[in-house]
Amino acid sequence: MGLHGFDWCYSIKVLGTGCKCCHELYENVKKAVEELDLSVEVEYITDMEKVMAYGVMSMPAIVVNEKVVSMGKVLKSEEVIKLLEKLG
Amino acid sequence: MVWEFIQNQIFGMKWLKDLIGNLLSEVGLNSTDKVGGAVQFFIYDVIKIVILLCGLVFIINYIQSFFPPEKTKKILGRFRGIGANMVAALLGTVTPFCSCSSIPLFIGFTSSGLPLGVTFSFLISSPMVDLGSLVLLMSIFGVKVAVLYVVLGLVIAVAGGTLIEKMHLDDQIEEFIRNVKPIDLPLEKLTVKERIKYSWSQVTNTLKKVFPYILAGVGIGAVIHNWIPEDIIIRFLGAGNPFGVILATIVGAPMYSDIFACISIAEALLAKGARLGVVLSFMMGVTTLSLPSMIMLKKAIKNKLLGVFIAICIVGIIIVGYFFNAIQFMLI
Repeated sequence: MGLHGFDWCYSIKVLGTGCKCCHELYENVKKAVEELDLSVEVEYITDMEKVMAYGVMSMPAIVVNEKVVSMGKVLKSEEVIKLLEKLG
Repeated sequence: MVWEFIQNQIFGMKWLKDLIGNLLSEVGLNSTDKVGGAVQFFIYDVIKIVILLCGLVFIINYIQSFFPPEKTKKILGRFRGIGANMVAALLGTVTPFCSCSSIPLFIGFTSSGLPLGVTFSFLISSPMVDLGSLVLLMSIFGVKVAVLYVVLGLVIAVAGGTLIEKMHLDDQIEEFIRNVKPIDLPLEKLTVKERIKYSWSQVTNTLKKVFPYILAGVGIGAVIHNWIPEDIIIRFLGAGNPFGVILATIVGAPMYSDIFACISIAEALLAKGARLGVVLSFMMGVTTLSLPSMIMLKKAIKNKLLGVFIAICIVGIIIVGYFFNAIQFMLI
């Protein structure tokens, strides 16, 4: 894991309402995580109570290490990779 | 004079219609007969709507990028009484919104303590009225109809929200929403370049999503335009039917479509003798209410409030429809 420089990243969640665009983002994030070869399982959260705990109102959203890092946008997998690199 | 030119040639793109007519007669299709007329209508409308869609969606998203719901929520918190309903209705026109965000938005507004009526003013105006419908209606029905449509849409939103407030339906919100703690997220600061990139990605996404519907809508429009006899339309949707508005609203309400897709049908119906109010109430019904968004809302509010919401929208749209019918002679 240390090889990739993403040690800091322990959790990635995609928040959504189960709609088509939310699912698309989930697939893109999974693809990005695969490409970066991270050993983090991407969680897909559609339970509204849990989603609202993050205070997001524009779906879908990405939460990394319990922090909202993107909302209201269906990012492509390359954009997710860029976002993760920027966070690190 | 200048305004007429802008309306006909820039928003209406009459030059494009003439150009297509000329090109068609080059290949031997006469635009005054049925097939030629239908082909001209189809090509002209598809190109016009796609151009308008690209331009509008870009501008709208650029403006919307300044008003994420998180910010709208903060702005609304500063207003009280009917002023809050008005601001909510106005912000509804510029806040990005799709049916999959309606629940989080509803919960976010409610949990931060905004009155139920203010939230509903927003929920009514957001799908019903936006900058896109203003320009699109302008290109087809003229500036007076477009402005009036937007103003009356805002009136429904403010009146509807106020009515819901007065009915004290706060017990109609699902329990779990009340337990959500309000959170203020730090807002992202976007650069001009990021806003342009975002707006452009919205253009391609919307076009991909809506294009088949535009083709279907324009196709139906072309058929109406050239094959459906005028007296049938007048009998059901024109002066011959006093219930045309009600019929159009009830048929339009459960449908899930985009204003870009149904504008062509509206245009053709009007040209064939349907009353203005009938056509506009159909469009309002299609954009404001839809089955998918009702199913979404059902998760957050109980049946009574959902029923009141639907009833307010339908009655409001019907009133607006009859109003347009009554003053049609002054508008077109």
